[in-house]
Amino acid sequence: MIARLDSTMTGIKAAWRRELSAYFATPLAYVFIAIFLIVLGIFTWELSRFFDTGAADLGPFFYWHPWLYMLFMPALAMRLWADESGAGTSELLLSLPISLPGLVIGKLLAAWTVAGLALALTLPWWITVNILGPADNAAIALSYFVSFLMAGGYLAIGAAVSALTRSSVLAFVIGVVVAFLLTAAGWPFVTGAVTSVLGAGAGDAIAQFSFVTHFETAQRGVLELRGLVFFLGFIALCAALNTLFVSHKRSGSG
Amino acid sequence: MLDLDALAKSFDGHKAVAGLTFTLQKGEVLGFLGQNGAGKSTTMRMIAGVLEPDTGDARITGLSITEERREAQRQIGFLPEGAPLYRDMTPNTFLRFMADAHGLNRADRKNAIERVIADARIGSVATLPISTLSKGYRRRVGLAGAILHDPPVLLLDEPTDGLDPIQKRAVRALIARMAPEKAIVISTHTLEEVPAMCTRVIVIDHGSIVADDTPEHLAKSRPGGLEEAFMRLAGERDEATT
Repeated sequence: MIARLDSTMTGIKAAWRRELSAYFATPLAYVFIAIFLIVLGIFTWELSRFFDTGAADLGPFFYWHPWLYMLFMPALAMRLWADESGAGTSELLLSLPISLPGLVIGKLLAAWTVAGLALALTLPWWITVNILGPADNAAIALSYFVSFLMAGGYLAIGAAVSALTRSSVLAFVIGVVVAFLLTAAGWPFVTGAVTSVLGAGAGDAIAQFSFVTHFETAQRGVLELRGLVFFLGFIALCAALNTLFVSHKRSGSG
Repeated sequence: MLDLDALAKSFDGHKAVAGLTFTLQKGEVLGFLGQNGAGKSTTMRMIAGVLEPDTGDARITGLSITEERREAQRQIGFLPEGAPLYRDMTPNTFLRFMADAHGLNRADRKNAIERVIADARIGSVATLPISTLSKGYRRRVGLAGAILHDPPVLLLDEPTDGLDPIQKRAVRALIARMAPEKAIVISTHTLEEVPAMCTRVIVIDHGSIVADDTPEHLAKSRPGGLEEAFMRLAGERDEATT
């Protein structure tokens, strides 16, 4: 048991360091962070008319997080496993004495670190609303925390999908489609349509699988155990599927 | 040090490796020969724990690759076919990653990296991106990664492919230096290298062993030397089936 845990920790550390250095060895992480901040800024500023609301509220800013994550996180995760298969380095990786769950978690954590950095660089928005007036800092802190968890959820989708293909582009496209389904499930337009066809119970059930539903609860300043369990459970499920997809390569069919 | 017991693997009904059994002792350098598609790389992948065998097992210093995979993998240094590497890394950072993966502590890591950089003669390129290195240097970086943790068993798939004559000689000398303390399997297409590097030869064809001998005996078994012997052994079944 201790040896297994040790092997997992070794895998996490090795994979995290390797992937993080890969993100910053090329312009990838810098470009990702810059574009994410610019697009988030434009959406918050222009589309949500942030300064026109006259309120010390980051609601217009957090509103866009799920929708931007839906596109940006699969882009960040698409190369995690697809590139290994494409370049043949998966053979090298699978020959190393480290556990697959460790590798999966390490890679996911590296992408999550980059996402966390991008999120941390939005903190001036928080300072700005405090300058504008008295802000509900507890709700904002909770929103940031759950937004970070949600980013992990989207990344976990992208990483798992990336293990299914040799093509980063294909991994991105499939990742965005899956992410869209899990985002749009909480959209009033979708829940309304489901409710009108299948009844209110079905609409509520569909909404419970949406990232948006659980994130909106946090934005109201409410920390729900259900939401935490949802995001952490979803990440664990995707990581388990990711491990399964990679271990399938050992059978020679992947 | 290395025991293969009826190791077998099929892909979509095609038998790639058909129950290979052999033993390799410390100090032996095995030339693993066969035509393209004969099953050499598949066998090496199974020994290295990259592929799961359908049946059979490989024991590395007594550790089963199917039942004690991670422990067995610690005893192996593997240079895969084509020496795949992370092109965004430098040899230094790649070797640090390999040291992390093998769980070496900071002091051991530093010593091991310095040792293999000297052994593989990659000091002059250690801080350059791998993407800018020649094929020969990339192969030597891969070799450095394979020997970093000083494993008792080495699996080298085409270790001299892409190297110039001087680099080939350096790799041969490195293998000769390591040979007394290790069991080494070398897959190669370059037959003239076999007598220079190997103490034993196994030829496989369609996933089965068709010869297991010393390079000298095999070369004497047919006029024309090792190449003719290889052509006969590797082509035998093809001729029989046509």
